[in-house]
Amino acid sequence: MLLIRCPWCGEREEREFHYGGDAAVKTPPVEADDRTWAHFLYWRHNPAGPFTERWVHNLGCRRWFIAVRDTTTHQISATWPFGANPEGSG
Amino acid sequence: MKRRPDGGAIDRTRPIAFRFDGRLLTAFAGDTLASALLANGIAALGRSVTAGRPRGVMSAGLEEAHAFVQLGIGAESEPLVRATGVEVFDGLSAEGRITKGVLPGVPETARFEKRFAHCDVLVIGGGPAGLSAATTAAAGGARVILAETGSRLGGALLRDQEQMDGHPAAEWIAAAGLALRRQPEVRIMLRTTAMISLDQNGVVLVERVSGHLPATERTGLPDRRLWQVRAREIVLATGALERPLVFPDNDRPGVMLAAAVRTYLHQFALRPDRTVVFTTNDDAYRTALDLVAAGGTVAAVVDVRPGPAGDLPAAARAAGITIIDEAEVTGTEAGPDGVLSGVVISHDGAARMIPCDVLAVSGGWDPAIDLIHQVRAPTRWDDGIGAFVPVPGPGGRQVVGAASGALTLHAAVTSGHAAGVEAARRTGFETVAGPVPAVRLWREEAPRLVTRVPAPDGDESRSFVDLHRDVTVAGVLRATGAGIQSVEHLKRYTLTGTGVEQGRTAKVNAAAVAHTAIGLPPGGTTSSARPPIEPISFGTMAGRATGPRFDPVRTPPAHDAQAAAGAVFETVGQWQRARYFPTPGEALAEAVVRECRAVRTGVGIMDASTLGKIDVQGPDAAEFLERLYMNRVANLKPGRARYAAMAHLDGSLFDDGVIMRLAADRFFVTTSTSHAGPVMDWMEEWLQTEWPGLKVWLTSITEQWTTLAVAGPSARTVLEAAGTDLDLSREAFPFMAVRTGRVGGFDAQVARVSFSGELAFEVSVPGYDGAALWAALVAAGAGQGITPYGLEALSVLRAEKGYLIVGQDTEPDTTASDAGLGWMIKADRDYIGKRALGRRDFQRPDRYQVVGFRADGPVMEGSQLVSDPSGARPIPIAGSVSTSHWSGALGVHFGLARVKGGRARIGETLQAHDGARSVPVVLADPVLYDREGLRRDG
Repeated sequence: MLLIRCPWCGEREEREFHYGGDAAVKTPPVEADDRTWAHFLYWRHNPAGPFTERWVHNLGCRRWFIAVRDTTTHQISATWPFGANPEGSG
Repeated sequence: MKRRPDGGAIDRTRPIAFRFDGRLLTAFAGDTLASALLANGIAALGRSVTAGRPRGVMSAGLEEAHAFVQLGIGAESEPLVRATGVEVFDGLSAEGRITKGVLPGVPETARFEKRFAHCDVLVIGGGPAGLSAATTAAAGGARVILAETGSRLGGALLRDQEQMDGHPAAEWIAAAGLALRRQPEVRIMLRTTAMISLDQNGVVLVERVSGHLPATERTGLPDRRLWQVRAREIVLATGALERPLVFPDNDRPGVMLAAAVRTYLHQFALRPDRTVVFTTNDDAYRTALDLVAAGGTVAAVVDVRPGPAGDLPAAARAAGITIIDEAEVTGTEAGPDGVLSGVVISHDGAARMIPCDVLAVSGGWDPAIDLIHQVRAPTRWDDGIGAFVPVPGPGGRQVVGAASGALTLHAAVTSGHAAGVEAARRTGFETVAGPVPAVRLWREEAPRLVTRVPAPDGDESRSFVDLHRDVTVAGVLRATGAGIQSVEHLKRYTLTGTGVEQGRTAKVNAAAVAHTAIGLPPGGTTSSARPPIEPISFGTMAGRATGPRFDPVRTPPAHDAQAAAGAVFETVGQWQRARYFPTPGEALAEAVVRECRAVRTGVGIMDASTLGKIDVQGPDAAEFLERLYMNRVANLKPGRARYAAMAHLDGSLFDDGVIMRLAADRFFVTTSTSHAGPVMDWMEEWLQTEWPGLKVWLTSITEQWTTLAVAGPSARTVLEAAGTDLDLSREAFPFMAVRTGRVGGFDAQVARVSFSGELAFEVSVPGYDGAALWAALVAAGAGQGITPYGLEALSVLRAEKGYLIVGQDTEPDTTASDAGLGWMIKADRDYIGKRALGRRDFQRPDRYQVVGFRADGPVMEGSQLVSDPSGARPIPIAGSVSTSHWSGALGVHFGLARVKGGRARIGETLQAHDGARSVPVVLADPVLYDREGLRRDG
């Protein structure tokens, strides 16, 4: 059970959040071939170490945000609002 | 062991009556169940799991491998409770069941609670290190929680006779406890075990609140409290656990850990008549010294080391205790009851037997760091003490005292003191800590790691490495002989460490025996420890969330009115929805036929309020919905509604509903009952993460509105009778139109949408008018015989029309085309799921497609559809039945099914097989009733 710092509400228990997966996933253009689309839909990276991910504070302010979590230690080194500058908070 | 006439921490003025295995016994207040059994001469309290050998109490704490009992009777009975952790009370009843407990089979009657807490510093363990840490951390004003698993503070000082600042340690404990209790920001929690470590310094504690009290004193108290604590700093002062030694017949009742013998002597005034001590280290000499000081007989201290010369062996020698060095215990003997009667000692190549009633063993000390293992923090093997110790980690957690591998009292108080200062400093409190108490620093010699004493006759099938699981040296060697090298594999192959006590005393010995056998050093690796430290009952985890409090029960405003109309409810999501409205004595099937007939021939009323409702507003609302839904939205005119469906990114059908356009920039969107939350989440996710530029505002209004559906040929008459300023004529208010006006005296939004296929008006009013609207419409419909109908009838009505329910009639990979909704998909622009739908697999003609069917007999939902149920196995599956009903209107059994390439197979006969029997079904177009939609458009 993690303690997560919502950029809007501060530190809250993990049970208030939902996980939204890899923040680096980009939607391919519609012209992309089937293989590219299958890759986009079903393949995800699972790196050991710092991982930039999406979270939503769905039992709180309901805002989506970005977190950098080390998948080996569960330490969350930074969180920031969607669209904001990563350096702007932490 | 026998009870001494004086001494100990028991209260001889308060005798306690309890039962064990049905026998009425007595103990004193302050006894544990383990000490009470020993005091009553019960050395063996059960038999082991596979070998069936008698076993008795072998420890005084968390290390216990044998003494597990079934505690209590009836609904309060609990399996696998550790006797060394149970305080006796008047009326206690227990049975010796050391490996297999039983669940009572009746609902729990005890009450449990949950609490949350935050603190600056959480100190786990109330021994010398923990008390020192808590004292110094609190001195600067930090909020401190001190959790101690026992009923008293003191830890190892409760068994070790030490002086602190020149006075007995008990005085220091009392003073420290008193000082802490005086601090307003300090909470001392006794009988509280830290069970689970979480990331970011979360800890789950279980507090035993009233289980130690007689039943008459428990009134109003929970049995246990589960605490979820977040601490800015954690100080782990959990001490160390003594490790047994492995030699033939090392499991007999009477073989006990050496320090536990001291605990029973000093805490419970229990003393063996004649003791042999078998040790690899200096600490066990304390046991010999204390026993002799208490008038006991120590036949010998058997030390594996040559010429032990530390302070404690020297003191033992001075006290006249026989020390046999470079010697081993190579076996034990027992009387007819299986209880220890003597030990065989091997020394200088000769063996001899020494009679005794207790063999106190010490194979060294393992820091109690399961809580650290739980969060995957690193540990390392320490050759100095022959055990795994924690590796100092990043900030936020400090391990002190014996838990850190520093086993002396001096190390405990100094490291605890320093950690308290550091924890306070890290949390922003400058501490003016008092002096570290002066304690004697005993000169100790290094222990010698002995994890296995070979059997003289080579038979190691009675040399137990895991006393709880009956895993022997022979068993471990069988595993390594089979090629096992990893401790995790060893655990699964032999079951060592899989007991209720997680093999706490077995881990190091089992791994060392295995490692030695395959030529590795004894340390190496250790198997993982899993949360929780000890079993947590389901009742404790549930807390108050049981029965009606397990899940919220949601009722729409017109719930009571439906209940008064005789509704039988079912739970949909968390909502209570009417299933059917039986008249007195009427069966479900009869009620459904009657309710369907009312809707098809007269008029019915249903509460549809639980459908999800989302208010979508803003200049870009139409564009937003256009991107989300598979059908066109932008060309929908204000005052009009449209059936709509959305897909997941992978093209599979997500949900369907109705989009109503109330104004150019405002939409009222409905979802299915079970998808109300997920669709709202989905909309917010896309709006926030992908399309933040769109000017759209989303509001969930499911609970703010009551929606009542009035359906049937007489629906128009009912609304007119209720009184309305709306022109309900077919021309002015056509199918799929939305109007706002007055209905039955209420401001209402009325939509001509239909899930039954009949002329229908869905009337929505603010929730607070919902119950009154129900009453008004029912009164207005009395002349038309208005009939409340429930979900069962609705399912028949909608299935007759071929309307599917996403999730019931679809699978997770069903697309809109598979579901027969291809007609609604727009081709001219992008939407979520569109590109995925273009993938090759979705074009296959043999995909499962939703079709209807008719049958001559009833068909069970879930039945498999096959061509020939008696054909060669495996029988190819053609599909499955998702909806099945009797249609009163058509006089036929019918339903919906998913069939491979189903649409091309309409007219084909398949067999619906439910595991017992087969019913022929004829595949049909899903729309069986009013294909032209004339009734709906009425």
